[in-house]
This record gives sequence, C-alpha cells and structure tokens, in this order.
Amino acid sequence: MPGTAIHREWERFTLPQKLGRYALYLMAAIAVVWSFRTIEIIAEFLYDSPAQIADLFTRMWPMDWSYFGSAVWSSLVETMHIATLGTILSLGIAMPLGLIAARNLTPIPALNWFAHFLFVTSRSVNSLVWALLFVAVFGPGPLAGTLAIAFRSIGFVGKLFAEALEEANKGSIEALVAAGAPVRSQILMGYWPQVRPAFWSIALFRWDINIRESAVLGIVGAGGIGVALDTALNLLYWDQVAVVLLTIFVVVILAELVVTAIRQRVL
Amino acid sequence: MNAVTGTMTGSAQDARSLVIRDLVKEYRRGQPVLRGINLTLPGRGMTAIIGPSGTGKSTLIRCINRLVEPTSGQILFMGQNLAQLRGRQLRAARRRIGMVFQEYNLVERLTVMENLLSGRLGYVPVWRAWLRKFPQKDIDRAFELLDAVGLGQYATQRADALSGGQRQRVGIARAIMQEPDLILADEPTSSLDPKTSVEIMDILSALAGERDIPVIVNIHNVELAKRFAQRIVGMTGGKIVYDGPPDGLTDEDLRTIYGGEDWLNDRADG
Repeated sequence: MPGTAIHREWERFTLPQKLGRYALYLMAAIAVVWSFRTIEIIAEFLYDSPAQIADLFTRMWPMDWSYFGSAVWSSLVETMHIATLGTILSLGIAMPLGLIAARNLTPIPALNWFAHFLFVTSRSVNSLVWALLFVAVFGPGPLAGTLAIAFRSIGFVGKLFAEALEEANKGSIEALVAAGAPVRSQILMGYWPQVRPAFWSIALFRWDINIRESAVLGIVGAGGIGVALDTALNLLYWDQVAVVLLTIFVVVILAELVVTAIRQRVL
Repeated sequence: MNAVTGTMTGSAQDARSLVIRDLVKEYRRGQPVLRGINLTLPGRGMTAIIGPSGTGKSTLIRCINRLVEPTSGQILFMGQNLAQLRGRQLRAARRRIGMVFQEYNLVERLTVMENLLSGRLGYVPVWRAWLRKFPQKDIDRAFELLDAVGLGQYATQRADALSGGQRQRVGIARAIMQEPDLILADEPTSSLDPKTSVEIMDILSALAGERDIPVIVNIHNVELAKRFAQRIVGMTGGKIVYDGPPDGLTDEDLRTIYGGEDWLNDRADG
C-alpha cells in the first residue's frame, strides 16, 4: 500500500562492534603515549640536533674522492659478489625447502611444519646477527658475509616460493595426475611453468634487498663496502664517509632500475 | 540390490568394459554422496550420466580414476580393481584413462604442443619431460591430433591465448594422447556456449569413436546427452534411478531424476 512506508532499520555496525572499535582507538592512543614515554627524549639533544646535522654536512664536504679509488671500489665489487652469491646459495637451499613447505605438494603436516620452522628461524635472525655468528665461525671476510646473506634470505625466498606453489592452479595439476604423471613430472610440467614468474620476481627482489643488506655487513667484519664505511667512521673522516654513503645510494638505485627492467621482460 | 541395473548391461566380455560394484563415497562419515552404485558399462560408445547438481555425478566419475578415493566398493576395469591400486600401479592404470574437464585444466603458461605432450607424462621418463625431448612418434601424433581438432596452426601458441572452445579441443586431444582405454569427461561443455558445446561433443564422440574408446560423460544438458550418448544413466541423491537407451527416457523419468515438474512444462511451452 502506498503511504504506509515502514522504515526498516539499518546500521553498518552493531553495538558490540561499535564498542569494540572505540576500544581499539583508545588502545592505539595509549600505545602512542606509552611509546613516547619509553624512548626518553632528551630535550637538549633535540633542540641541538639541527646544528649537529649542519655540522656533519660541513665535515662531509668536500668529499674525499681519492678514497673511492683506494678502498671503496674494490669493496663495492666485494659487496656485489656477496649479495649475488648469497642470493644464489639461498635459492639453492630455499627451493627444495619450498617444495616441502607447500601443503598441496607435500601433504605431510610434519614436513610442512619443519620447513616453515626453518623459514621462521632464518627470518627471525637479522643478517647482522647471522654475520656475527659466521664471523665467529669462519673468521672475518666475505665468506661470512655471503653465508649471512644466504641464511637470512632462505626464509624470505622459501616462504614466498611455497606460497606461489600453493597458489598454483589445482585443475592443471589434477589433469597431470589423471594422466598418470609421476610427481617429478608434475613439478616440471605443472607447477614450475605456473610459479616461474613468481620465482624470478622473488629472486630479483631478494637480490635487490641483499645488495642493501650486504652494504652494512662490513660493520661487523663480514666484508664488503661496509668495511670501508666502518674504517672511515672510526677515524671520523666524514668526507670519506660521504663518498661511501653516496656510492651505496647510487648502487641501490641502479640495482632497483636493473631489477625493474628485468622483471618487465620476464613477467 | 539395484533394480534398474539390469535394464541394459553391456556385454561384460568386452576388453574395455567397466564394472562398478556397490560403490560408496562418504566425504563425511555417515553422509554418503554415492550410496552403493552398481553399473556395468560396455567397452564402446558413449554413456552419459545426467542428474541434478550435487548428486554425485562428478564424484562417481572421479572415483573411477581415483582423483577421489572411494570409501568402499569395487571398480573393475581391464582385469584390475581400480579401487585398490596404489603408487606405480595406480599411475599405470591412470595413464590408460583419459580425462576431459569442465575448466579444461590446461597448464595455461605452456604452449598447446606442451599441453598435448603432457598427456604422455605417464609414459615418458622425467628427464625427457624436463628437457622437452619427447619421442618423435609422440610429437607426430600430437600434430595429427591438433590437425584433427582443427588447431594445427596453434602448436606453438600459449594455451592462455586460446578461447574456451579451443582450450577444450586441446583438452580432448590431450586425453587422446594418452592412448586411453577409457575416456572420462566431467561436464566438458558446461563452460561453453550451445554451439561450441555441440562442436565439442562432436569432436569427442568422433575421436573416441574412431579409436573405439568408450566414453563416460557427465553432462547437465539432457538434449546433448540424448543426441550423443547411446546410453543414459540418470542419478539422483547418490543413486542410479534410470539406466537405459536415450529413447526410453520419458518425462516421468526426468521427473524422478530432477524432481518437480514445472521446469518440464516450461520447456514444453517454449
């Protein structure tokens, strides 16, 4: 009947949902206040900081370009080697682990769990800490750095590779199973074509990250451009520090450009 | 047990005949999807399984090549009980059973030729698959089949560049590549338009017919089933309620299979 419109109620959130949301906002506010109290900001140092930064920049300028030829270039090459070898090594270890971690490919929960446990272990330890461990075992130098990069990367690469495997189209695999294909043939003709773009994307992304990470490993003696940075910092040669920082910056940007260009071709 | 089973049994002497006995499948305990299926299929021709959605047609067909594990019962084919095979023996049995899927199930990023050759994966060693060094006779057969399904010039195209109908042709060719003794087709036309559906059924029935391979097809479309199959099996609620020739399928039978009758009247009006 016209004229007897009954209004039906509609609200986006129920009352408990609203209360829950307000409680969440309140908790966020408390967390921010608490954090500020914990970090103990010393007011004098805060006021002083613009002057300090200006001072730092004046010490950095003009840059000592002779340092580039004498130390930075060779350690930069070392850094690239550490990052690249570390990435390749991590791929070699992470791919088999990824096959074990993927639940669709390895329907054994204990093995999935084991592989994921290794991934978490790898990722929960910072590459600097891995480097400290390997420096203790193998002595200072690029070997420790390469292993640190590799072990830090296993978790990242393995987890993402396993996820890519789990997202592979089940139907395509089912067809190969129905044709009587053994598991290894299923992997080569069914899974691999489907995860190949993801694989290259993960590998390049990790290589990009590893260039940045391996740049600081030298601080704990694990080789690379970080050694040059550490030396200059310890001697308070800020004009040399500036050269190293600028070099790292340029290399990271170049790596980014290379990765983007390759990725566009691969995908 | 099952009264309808007797109405039409193929000669069980055929080498490629299939006998299913008391097949039960429960995905959850106490809730059977298949409630004791008894079926004897001849070693040639096309059998269509019709029935409402969710009635276990797909489960039945997938129990035959063990994509779904039967809970109990026997599936006798080529002198083996398929329901009990494991490992290597199961793989050997599977490669003699081709399958065509509703969603084609090609490996989209591989070429058409690679998809066809993947039908040979049950036969060729892993290193050959890896290096794509398939035996020349497989490659020759693949080209012949591609020509037969009208995709001769698509061999090097990636499967994801094809239309639905073209993909299903590749799917059928891949099944034939297995040199199967039986082809299972699970709703092969449900994702296709009416015209393409008929073309696909034509190709399936022709390619299988030439090679005398029996085909079991799940199909929604009753008209297509009647047109192409020599035998219709009607299922409802996990049981077979009709088993006989297409001509014998009455409106009364359809009512038993699908329930209700309004939809039949609508069809008569249209």
